[in-house]
Amino acid sequence: MSTPIQPVIKCESVYKIFGENAEKVLKKTDGEVDTESLLEAGCVIGVNNASFDVHKGEMLVIMGLSGSGKSTLLRCISRLIETTAGNIFIDGEDLLGMNEKELINVRRNKMGMVFQSFALLPHKTVLENIALPLQVKGISTKDSMARAMDMVNLVELTGYENAFPRQLSGGQQQRVGIARSLAVEPEMWFLDEPFSALDPLIRKEMQDEFLRLQSVLHKTILFVTHDFDEALRLADRIAIMKDGVIEQIDTPANIVLNPATEYIAKFTRSVRRERVLSCQTIMEEYDVNTDLSDITVSKNAIIDTVAERVLSEQKPVAVLNEQDEIVGTLNSKIIIQVMFGETNNLPINNNAESQA
Amino acid sequence: MHYFIHHKWVQFIALLAIFFVLVMAISPVSGGNLWRFQENIFWLLPDTLNNFLKYLINDFWLVETYDIELDLTEESTMIKEFTRSLSGVILFFINLIRELLLGGVKTVVTFTSWDFISEHPWARIPALPWTAVASGAFLMGHFLGGRKLSILAGGSIIYIAVFGQWTPAMQTLSFVLVAVPLSVFLGLMMGVFAYKNKTFKIILTPLLNVAQSMPHFSYLIPVVVFFGIGDHAGAISTVIFATPPMIRLTILGLKKVSPEVLEAGLMSGCNPRQLMFKVLIPTARHDILIGVNQVIMQCLAMAVIASFIGTKGLGYDLLVSLNRLNIGEALELGISIVLIAIVLDKLSLAWANKQADYFADLPFHLHHKYSLAFFGILVVTSAIAYAISLFFPDKPNYLYFISDTQGLTTKNFWDTIVDWIITSTYQSVQSFNVFMITSILVPMKEAYLAMPVAATLFLVTGIGYLVGGLRSAIIVAAFIGFIALTPWWDRALITAYMVTFSTVTAVIIGCTVGVLCSRNTRATRVILLVCDTLQTFPSFVYLIPVIMLFGVSDLSVLIAVTVYATIPATRYTVEGLRNVPQSLQEAASMSGVNPTQRLLHVELPLAFPHIMLGINQTIIFSLFMVIIGAFIGTDDLGQLIMQSLSRSNGMGQGIILGLCVAFIGLAVDHLIHTWSDQRKQALGII
Ligand SMILES: Nc1ncnc2c1ncn2[C@@H]1O[C@H](COP(=O)(O)OP(=O)(O)O)[C@@H](O)[C@H]1O
Ligand SMILES: [Mg+2]
Repeated sequence: MSTPIQPVIKCESVYKIFGENAEKVLKKTDGEVDTESLLEAGCVIGVNNASFDVHKGEMLVIMGLSGSGKSTLLRCISRLIETTAGNIFIDGEDLLGMNEKELINVRRNKMGMVFQSFALLPHKTVLENIALPLQVKGISTKDSMARAMDMVNLVELTGYENAFPRQLSGGQQQRVGIARSLAVEPEMWFLDEPFSALDPLIRKEMQDEFLRLQSVLHKTILFVTHDFDEALRLADRIAIMKDGVIEQIDTPANIVLNPATEYIAKFTRSVRRERVLSCQTIMEEYDVNTDLSDITVSKNAIIDTVAERVLSEQKPVAVLNEQDEIVGTLNSKIIIQVMFGETNNLPINNNAESQA
Repeated sequence: MHYFIHHKWVQFIALLAIFFVLVMAISPVSGGNLWRFQENIFWLLPDTLNNFLKYLINDFWLVETYDIELDLTEESTMIKEFTRSLSGVILFFINLIRELLLGGVKTVVTFTSWDFISEHPWARIPALPWTAVASGAFLMGHFLGGRKLSILAGGSIIYIAVFGQWTPAMQTLSFVLVAVPLSVFLGLMMGVFAYKNKTFKIILTPLLNVAQSMPHFSYLIPVVVFFGIGDHAGAISTVIFATPPMIRLTILGLKKVSPEVLEAGLMSGCNPRQLMFKVLIPTARHDILIGVNQVIMQCLAMAVIASFIGTKGLGYDLLVSLNRLNIGEALELGISIVLIAIVLDKLSLAWANKQADYFADLPFHLHHKYSLAFFGILVVTSAIAYAISLFFPDKPNYLYFISDTQGLTTKNFWDTIVDWIITSTYQSVQSFNVFMITSILVPMKEAYLAMPVAATLFLVTGIGYLVGGLRSAIIVAAFIGFIALTPWWDRALITAYMVTFSTVTAVIIGCTVGVLCSRNTRATRVILLVCDTLQTFPSFVYLIPVIMLFGVSDLSVLIAVTVYATIPATRYTVEGLRNVPQSLQEAASMSGVNPTQRLLHVELPLAFPHIMLGINQTIIFSLFMVIIGAFIGTDDLGQLIMQSLSRSNGMGQGIILGLCVAFIGLAVDHLIHTWSDQRKQALGII
């Protein structure tokens, strides 16, 4: 299912091998990656044959337990570490073939990154931290400070611009990190476990804030997390990694409903499906003769948000698409089944998203 | 049984037993090489080194030089030319700053000639009135750190001026103002380079280790040979002395920068230079600032010692007055040196912490108010000073310059006190002296000298083995073995005895004070402040009050060393105890132990590795100070180093002697660090 539009990020068989012997082993096999012999030589495989595209405005969440290679993959794509084998294209340009100057240019104009530990410069104020990417580009102090001030307002830190990072709470610090990464208006936004260091309540708040920003900014996003719930909340698509391998890359709904491997099923089992699935994934085919209730729901609505209404109706409820046409129906039986039933006997429209 | 053999204590006791057997068995008369290494090929090392350096200077890489004034072509060597031009540059900068402060013509001469000066009497840099410098200090203090700093900086300058120490103080200041930036710059650059280049770092690390354990004096010797004597030589030896800690702290700081901060810098689009100067160095600034701070302290300490090779200033005057036993004068000079040290220390810290305000849309005169104010004050004070000189040409102009003889002085006061102390305490001090010397120092010294070299080497190697296995055994044996092979083993034993004595005393005092103070947060703060302040004093200054109270003797050296070495012992004890995790302390309290038990069973064992590092510092400090004590008169390695300074062929000897001292320090340092690291790992507190 290829799109004619060029992907913003394209990875082709990306490998990252750590270890002193990596080069030797690779030379022997003529650059071909042979995982067996690499592991034997004591190498660690950070990323193992990752291929995927990310399109403009899409948010791909990379999920996996710690040590699964998420950060490594992200750092290959931002070229903070050198990829061992494979190709990466940024807007169609060969990232790995760029020289230092071109790379710096790409980073200065197209990429922004947010870090787990915030990575703020301790000696600079909030404003100066945010202005750093602008200043290294050579923008005048006056302009960069004005722009940085806009960013301060955007992340709702107004009044803190002259504070130092150490004077801020974790959530506020990460807001600064976010503002800094957005200061140059990059089209790609990389976030490496941005909220993992925060308390649960703050994390929720920051996720909301993040969704708010994304609804305004429409960046192309790679978001790394080890928290499956977070991934489900935010993602357009999720890539689940294990030991460097991307085990499955798909929409949240499809991952929850069709885990590709036993490993992924372990994550999905405890997921509250009604919080993930949209109406269209479980709706029944519309039969013109059905007696429908007065209320309707949108096909993209998450079940959790409409469950109460559907459950309180005796009659089936119509599911509408963007053009307000009826595309299916929901009844309380299905909802109850989704919320309390077994996974396997769901009336599921597997390819719901792709049909749409 | 098995348990016993593998228990460290048992092994240690066995080691001691064999050591004593060896001591008994080897007699001075028939012991031969087991008693002391006989003359061997190593004894030629100093002369060989000497000849090699001479060759380097006089015969290596010959070049032709052309002297414009004499219109002569001369033969010279590259190294001579290099050192000559380097000296010239450094001397120029020292003179420039010195003449800005004190007035003079040498800077003008550099660009013209002496003839030009004699034809044009106006062609000289006028001295700044001290009032201008003092106001400048007030302003700078205020600008950088507010009112307190302002008063400290300005007040210190006024003290110096009013007590008639203007000339030597400004000489020292100009010396320091050249040496400090140079050391900081060199240290930073080399640190950055070592951070980036692994090979360079591998080569640099052992050199740094040795450099940091070499006593001050041994830096003077090669510098005199290559650069002659004078202010520039002092500055160069100071720079060489002060750069290693700067390099080390720069590397340390850069290494500590979190990888994510580095990545954040890269992702912000920094090029390598921006990454280094906008991200890495500022983020590492805490350690780098400690480095700058150390540089300032080292430079001031060295400013005194460099007066041995002709550096003018407070240090030189201090040496002279100490030599003449003018204690009052020495005390005043010492205070000036300490004040300069503290002011520079605080100003540099405040400067580094200063932040800019971007949105303050200030009009020109407010934006530049400090520069304008300084300029205004400069004009006003100079005008007043010149006007007075103009109207009262024959009277001393107190607002311009206060000379040595015009200044206030508390000399007589101090001298009277000293006299009083000496007369009234003569009996007790004397009997204390005699007691210490006859019943502790002399027996201890003799005991050290009675050790056969084989026994000593066995002991230290054995300790090395017990602490860190074969590796440590070899390292320690190599360091100490080197000293044993030189002709100066006996001297080294004397140094070792002095260091042992003062370390033990310092550790007892320091740990006791530290433990007592750590019981109370207020006392903790006070004692840390006291340690901080005392640490800024150049080491030489410690000799002044000791000579004042105890006169000139071996014992006074040891007392000065002990006082100086007590600082790190105290400080590390307090820090170690303070850093014991709160949760552990609470857990201990909850399990019902009383405070004393808690101290003995929880806090001290946990703090012990850190305290051990303090003891390490104590030993290194003692070692340095013992060598400086040579100035008062000792008969150890330090004394020989001082002597080789004044001997024309003393260079090789001086360097080897310096290495001997360094190796003692390095051996101890290695043992303690290895032990402390193991211990910390075992306790899980790394
Ligand atoms: N610089 C490195 N050198 C060697 N191994 C590394 C390095 N960085 C990461 N690894 C290894 O690669 C694997 C993936 O690490 P990482 O990408 O950081 O995991 P994640 O971000 O998913 O927690 C881990 O096993 C880790 O130990
Ligand atoms: Mg990670």
